[in-house]
Amino acid sequence: MDQPPRLAEPSDAGGRASAPSRPLRALNRRFHGRRRLGVGSLLGLPLSWMLFVYLGSLVLLVISALYRLDPDSTKPTDEFTTDNLRTAFQLWDPKVWDIIYVFFRTVGVAVLVTVVCCLIALPVTFFISKVAWKWMRRGLVVSLLLPLWAGYLVKGYAWRAMVSPAGGRFAAAGKGDGGFLESSLGWTPGYGVVAIIVAEVYLWLPYMILPIYAGLDRLAPSLLDAAGDLGARPFRTFRSVILPLLLPSVAAGSIFTFSLTLGDYILPKIVYTEKNFMFGSVINATLGNPNQPLAAAYTLWPLLIIVMFLFAMKRAGAFENL
Amino acid sequence: MKLNLASKVALCAFTVATLVFLYLPLVVVARLSFNPTKSVGWSGWSGFTLDWWRQVWEVEGPKQALLNSCKVAAVAMVLAMVLGTMAAMAMARFQFFGKSAVSFILVLPIALPGIVTGIALQNTFARTINLGLFSFRVGFGFHSLVIAHATFCVVVAYNNVLARLRRSSPNLLEASADLGAHGSQTFRYVTFPLMRSALLAGGILAFALSFDEIVVTTFTAGSGFKTLPIWILEQLSNRQNPLLPYVMATLVMVVSIPLAWLAQRLSDGGGDG
Repeated sequence: MDQPPRLAEPSDAGGRASAPSRPLRALNRRFHGRRRLGVGSLLGLPLSWMLFVYLGSLVLLVISALYRLDPDSTKPTDEFTTDNLRTAFQLWDPKVWDIIYVFFRTVGVAVLVTVVCCLIALPVTFFISKVAWKWMRRGLVVSLLLPLWAGYLVKGYAWRAMVSPAGGRFAAAGKGDGGFLESSLGWTPGYGVVAIIVAEVYLWLPYMILPIYAGLDRLAPSLLDAAGDLGARPFRTFRSVILPLLLPSVAAGSIFTFSLTLGDYILPKIVYTEKNFMFGSVINATLGNPNQPLAAAYTLWPLLIIVMFLFAMKRAGAFENL
Repeated sequence: MKLNLASKVALCAFTVATLVFLYLPLVVVARLSFNPTKSVGWSGWSGFTLDWWRQVWEVEGPKQALLNSCKVAAVAMVLAMVLGTMAAMAMARFQFFGKSAVSFILVLPIALPGIVTGIALQNTFARTINLGLFSFRVGFGFHSLVIAHATFCVVVAYNNVLARLRRSSPNLLEASADLGAHGSQTFRYVTFPLMRSALLAGGILAFALSFDEIVVTTFTAGSGFKTLPIWILEQLSNRQNPLLPYVMATLVMVVSIPLAWLAQRLSDGGGDG
């Protein structure tokens, strides 16, 4: 399956590799055997891009949470204050509980989405890599992964059309039949929490399938045979052999499913009718209020959770499996 | 591990059900773009009209948005390919201090929720940045979108190229050096041909990622510049014709799924897989 890629055909080189020009030769000499120069020149540009554009922005974001908002012009002033942080983090203040409640509800949704993705991905990838005929594998994996590229909004709108209830307010002028589920099955969860969870699972499932399949592909079948020979029933083999070996892959997949769900605020707009169900929606609403410093303070919640989560996943070996 | 027939059949059925779950909504979208009644309500498979496709074509918004999306994605793709390849070559060939921190930073833009990235970049672009010697403000528009998109697309090109370089044997580089090739010749005749198809695949995926991105885009586009996803999202409040976004969504699918399939073939090593 992993054929080494073909090298350049001789014709590419015009029969014979041409000698480098004189300035290029000088450059070659410069770089020869100099590890540091090599690393520096290759990594300099991409790393400084990420540092300046990305990490720099994250630092500025944290700083911007410290500015006081001018209530009249609703623009941040130059004065520093800890008010925004207190509004977002002062756990003993009952007013903050609402925010915390929304945040943990969002974390709950993200965890649930991750677990469901895992429960779907494990048997499916197991079937493809260990049970299905060899000639089918490639095609099956590709067909599982292709919907990933259909587009976020395409999928959001797809579920909008799937779950739309009969006579719903989103049908044109309040008329119309129900969506696909209502009309063909006679039942729909309607716009709401269930729709959000199903659609999030739908959106991010391929991100879970990809690393788990790669992990299972590397898992030698002889291990499973050995477990069987030692008398393990399939479930025991799964629990004691497959799952521990797959843990890094599951961790890699859950980075995406968890984090992408946690920060989502567009999908709730599409398949949910009430405001501020997800934490992302709260941040977005605060930003549009407009209260940029408070919104920046709110983003520290998901930022903290995700960074902690990433470190945990790094320990589980997820980064080698992305 | 011996599975009995029943569990094999169950696994097979579950896989088929998952495929139905994955594809059915996409089919529904495509079908709705030809829906004879003007609502997202399901009216079965009978009846067919091209009216909505014609209507979308007649208004100015979606065409301009499509063009904008392609421009942003193309430039972001090139930037991501250059930056990602450089990073991947450094990571594949050298051991150095802080290597794992670098990989962490490269992955961060797609691992952090889009809303965090979006608000952080928006805050930076809106601000006048004073570097002592000179100060500047990035502002919003085409260029801010390119910067934002390139930032999270780097990792896609990087991952693809890195995977390929790791899979190819270091002996090739040594052989090339033993045969008297200079560093630049080794790159031109060995390293580059090795990673060419992976790089192309990474580029296609970066293009698709940028083309489709909505969360970071809404924060960094500003008010004057619309991409296709922004246009589609705005149609949520279009009560006149809820089907127009389904037409554009179908168009996106028709373009991006074959592209993704092509990328898949390319990154499998250019062979038959």
